[in-house]
Amino acid sequence: MEKRYETVFILTPVLSDDQAKEAAKKFEKILTDLGAKINHRENWGLKKLAYPIQKKTTGFYHLVDFSGKGTEIAELELQFKRDERILRFLTIALEKHGATWADKRRGKQSEAKVAKTKKAEA
Amino acid sequence: MAKNEVRFLNPPSVEVKKKKYCRFKKLGIKYIDYKDADFLLKFVNEQGKLLPRRLTGTSLKFQRKVSQAVKRARHIALMPYLADGLK
Repeated sequence: MEKRYETVFILTPVLSDDQAKEAAKKFEKILTDLGAKINHRENWGLKKLAYPIQKKTTGFYHLVDFSGKGTEIAELELQFKRDERILRFLTIALEKHGATWADKRRGKQSEAKVAKTKKAEA
Repeated sequence: MAKNEVRFLNPPSVEVKKKKYCRFKKLGIKYIDYKDADFLLKFVNEQGKLLPRRLTGTSLKFQRKVSQAVKRARHIALMPYLADGLK
């Protein structure tokens, strides 16, 4: 059975914006190559960390929401551990309410985006 | 004056205790998002420690979820493990 998962990872602030995006893409590719379906991705940008990690006080946050069988997670986390650019990662399974919440959150964001673009047009 | 009558110099203050309630049950919140650090801030003290149920009034079911969410938020550095003067 397929399950919904959500993973958040923090990239080092040493990277440039493009490099960070590229790194995020790499992990998305790992997921899709393993047969997972990406439902949603978010880029929170450079955020301040609540406490220093590896002597860094900021980091690029990325979130990926995907569906899969769960077997791809071991591989994904192995790749996270091997990659020096990753400061921290967290993968969780979304339960029933979590999944509805994730969809709702996504809806809100896309609405906000639409509003923004509309504003830009006006 | 009647013998049994008790008289107070100051009227005794009667405290009306406000009943605590579980905000998740009341508002119908089903999922506690670990990404929403501002919201989770309500459930920790100024040192960043989790507040007990007896102070927040959260039901046991949701207290477990709150604690899970706070721990996740700490892991991805959205909330501190230890802090001083968080509020």
